[in-house]
Amino acid sequence: MSVVIYIEHTEGTVKKNALEAASYAVKYAEKTGDTAIGVAIGKVSEDEIKKVGTVGLSKVIKVDGHDYLNHQKVAAILAEVANTLGANTIIFAGSSEGKATGPRLAIKLSSSVISEVVGTPSSTAPITVKKKCFSGKGLANVELSSDKNVIIISTNGFGVHEKTVDCVIENTSSTASDDSIKHLSFDRNTEGVSLPDAELVVSAGRGLKGAENWGMIDELAASLEAATACSKPVSDIGWRPHHEHVGQTGIAISPNLYIAIGISGAIQHLAGVSSSKTIVVINTDSEAPFFKAADYGIVGDAFDVVPKLTAAINAAK
Amino acid sequence: MKILVCISSVPDTTTKISFTNNSTEFDKSGVQFVINPNDEFGLTKALQLKEANPGSTVSVIHVGSDTSDPIIRKALAIGADDAIRINTEAVDALQVANEISIYVKANPFDLILTGKESIDHNGAIVPHALAEILGIPSVSPCIGLEIDGSEAKLTGIVDGGKEEFSASLPVVAGGQKGIVEEKDLRIPNMRGIMQARSKPLNIVTASGSASSQRIANFDAPTPKAACKMVDANNMEELVNLLQNEAKVI
Repeated sequence: MSVVIYIEHTEGTVKKNALEAASYAVKYAEKTGDTAIGVAIGKVSEDEIKKVGTVGLSKVIKVDGHDYLNHQKVAAILAEVANTLGANTIIFAGSSEGKATGPRLAIKLSSSVISEVVGTPSSTAPITVKKKCFSGKGLANVELSSDKNVIIISTNGFGVHEKTVDCVIENTSSTASDDSIKHLSFDRNTEGVSLPDAELVVSAGRGLKGAENWGMIDELAASLEAATACSKPVSDIGWRPHHEHVGQTGIAISPNLYIAIGISGAIQHLAGVSSSKTIVVINTDSEAPFFKAADYGIVGDAFDVVPKLTAAINAAK
Repeated sequence: MKILVCISSVPDTTTKISFTNNSTEFDKSGVQFVINPNDEFGLTKALQLKEANPGSTVSVIHVGSDTSDPIIRKALAIGADDAIRINTEAVDALQVANEISIYVKANPFDLILTGKESIDHNGAIVPHALAEILGIPSVSPCIGLEIDGSEAKLTGIVDGGKEEFSASLPVVAGGQKGIVEEKDLRIPNMRGIMQARSKPLNIVTASGSASSQRIANFDAPTPKAACKMVDANNMEELVNLLQNEAKVI
């Protein structure tokens, strides 16, 4: 039986979380005794695809053509490929594309679907996987009782496990499509580094005391080539633009590094950043709840600490 | 235009989450349940569209038991015209999508709004699954929606940015903050609350859609290792830790 992993790419490069998803698929297949096979669609080079060889994925089916893709087209093509391969499990990264495609594919395949998954199966009879719930405040161990499953993993929930193998690519084509939704335009997130996809994020809140004090935040972000983010209160009062608001009613992000400056760490804010790999908290209040969720903490005045941090980063380059 | 808004009942955002009965159940004692925040954005959008398109109606639908009736009445108080409750516990996303789809196949709508995800299950599955079952397009998360006759323009969040799509109605849009501004969210006023009492709340027998998943038990989130404190005057040490220990820069 095959475990199919959909390998996402953008602008000719395999996406960062595609490697994590491929690593997950390889480990999943080891647990269930299946074979992991990657599927890539459209405009991406074979050399790029072969990067999945670094996480143990030894075979990829490349579906040629289809220069423009959206979640509905991908679901149609993957349904055809999955049926040809006799796949019983299809795995997606926790990207926007994965989360939109997975559910539609599950209906086409009459399979179950589960998202925010953080681990490979703890049991195989029935398949039981752990997923995040309650906006990061809980984990659920879920038993899957259907023959086929679509699994969407939680970004940064599993990590990348290196295992080098040769990756063989097999080319194929597909006439499956879905034109019921038409592309009009794409608006790239261009202000600096795009926050939803950023690996490094510098964020600040009410401790900055005023919109005019954000210069040092921009400088720290620039030194790291990081995106900038903020807490809800400062977005509500207009110190920062709405799209920077991370939290339960803002956006949820999953960077490798999240630096929170002058943010106390309310539950709703934590819900937006709990998938971050490493959290650094800078706050004058040693009792700030955020320190409990942090990997590294600095108790100090942001106006002192932040410029020193920027200087230290620039010195280390 | 007939608009359907799907709503779910979730613990409010400040709830301290705990589990009971050997961690097999979410502990509901003392928990305040509310309309899923993302669904509220969809509901306000529906009401705005209704006002812009005279003759339109807004119905809300919920899969759940009568313990959800207060939040359904709240949606009516906010301005929906009528409500449907499919009388069965919501067990998993596909079961919910199936139940709603069975109702919609018998009672068609031009536009279906949901929230992009619920804050308790974080599945983000219902909008797309429902659309696929009905054989119609879906955009979720959706942060922009314009209707012109029988055509829709939808702006969705995609990896790397936003994509604008066009599609013929009916479509499913999974709303969040951005589909309407937070400052424009509708709230119930006295008149709405009074009117809600007499607006129709139709209880519909569930079809008994099977569930394909079972939550065996819950765990508390994996606690972080103790926070490593770094002296405010030693940012060189922090940079060193981030480079060599955490390996994130």
